[in-house]
Amino acid sequence: MLEARLKYVAGDFVLDVAFEIRSNWTVLFGPSGAGKSTILRILSGLVMPREGRIQLADRLLLDTAKHIAVPAGHRAIGFVSQQAALFPHLTVRENIAFGIHRLPAEKRNARVDEMLAFFWADSLANRKPAQLSGGEKQRVALARALAPKPRLLLLDEPLAALDVAAKEPILANLSHCGVPVLYVSHDLAETWQSDGDAIVIEGGKLYAQGAARKVLASERERLLRLLGDVAAETRAQGTENRNCVERC
Amino acid sequence: MDYQALWLTLRLAAFTTGILLVIGIPLSEWIVFTHSRTRPLIESLCSLPLLLPPTVMGFYLLVLLGPRTAFGRFWVHCFGHPLAFSFGGLVIGSVIYSLPFAVQPISAGFYGVNPAMLEQGQLLGAGRIRLLRQVLLPLSKRSILTAAILCFTHTIGEFGVVLMLGGDIPGATRTLSIAIYDQVQDFAYKQANHTALLLLAISLIALIVLYTRSPRPQVPHA
Repeated sequence: MLEARLKYVAGDFVLDVAFEIRSNWTVLFGPSGAGKSTILRILSGLVMPREGRIQLADRLLLDTAKHIAVPAGHRAIGFVSQQAALFPHLTVRENIAFGIHRLPAEKRNARVDEMLAFFWADSLANRKPAQLSGGEKQRVALARALAPKPRLLLLDEPLAALDVAAKEPILANLSHCGVPVLYVSHDLAETWQSDGDAIVIEGGKLYAQGAARKVLASERERLLRLLGDVAAETRAQGTENRNCVERC
Repeated sequence: MDYQALWLTLRLAAFTTGILLVIGIPLSEWIVFTHSRTRPLIESLCSLPLLLPPTVMGFYLLVLLGPRTAFGRFWVHCFGHPLAFSFGGLVIGSVIYSLPFAVQPISAGFYGVNPAMLEQGQLLGAGRIRLLRQVLLPLSKRSILTAAILCFTHTIGEFGVVLMLGGDIPGATRTLSIAIYDQVQDFAYKQANHTALLLLAISLIALIVLYTRSPRPQVPHA
């Protein structure tokens, strides 16, 4: 589905990874500064690597050797980060319609309605982002990213600020959205619970990839060490993660 | 009150403001997003009128627009009269002289837009023109209003460039600030006072409008 080989240098930081995405749900796991967000930004086309090749299904998106680089807006890749970045001057409906403005009005409205229903946001359609809660903003951001029917959805911890009760139904919905998802997470419990694949990176290097549960089991020692870093960031999350590795 | 000068001044300010918004918006967009090595040079040229004495700028514009240069001769050939000492020449001079008052607030407004929103626009397929029209401009409305008000009031109060480039031709190049100068030269202090009060009122009202529409920074109560 997606094959990527990326080399990116910024000061002392060197990201040098090669991976494949075969599953509909792949978790990209690693400590802060590992290069997770950089990978997503390169895949989406927002950042240009020094060297690299990205093939999404039958489409070559990037090949630095051949000077091929499809611009971000033409990659058919959706991207949602922790910051919902909704357009504050547009209503929820207009935000969701932003990426499908070329569709005829009837089809566009139908697609927006479909997305609003998919993320239980029908009642929010005419509100402005300032009138939404954090969870509602993220649901609208996801709806906006999925409206153009991307071939891959990149999620850079968009639900990190939400509690489990708010997060779970959204994750469940995303797993049925029909679009392959590459999901950055600090939350090992999420990775463990996922039926998909996992990719583990640290310091710009890839250490493991494959079925999530197998990766967690085989990389037990490394993950325990990495979780020390994660725990320093969020103690509760770190404890939960540590319990998860112990269970592995 | 010299109503002819008042009408000419308002026309000059309106033309200058309109032209500066048309030029300033794409120029600011270029300054904010370009990776070109010429950006510092272009930004410096845009800001130069802030530091340059108006007489210096007026002198060079007078020479450039006069019949001794190729551009000046071309203009005379096309339109039958020189640009210097004409309303058209005044508009060109005012546009150049007030350029920083358009470019700086608009650029500041564009710089202030959350980059994540621009990235989302880009990811959703918007090109530069659509991003400008549907994201940057609506989110920089206050900066554009600021630029328009500053350009308008600055043009109304212009003296040095107008005098150098346009001289003092009633109905053609005599603006309110030149009229005040003439009135003072003629010891008509009462008339000069009326004209000066009018300029002061226009500038003050414009600034009140500007500050009324600007958001107040959130300062914690002591």
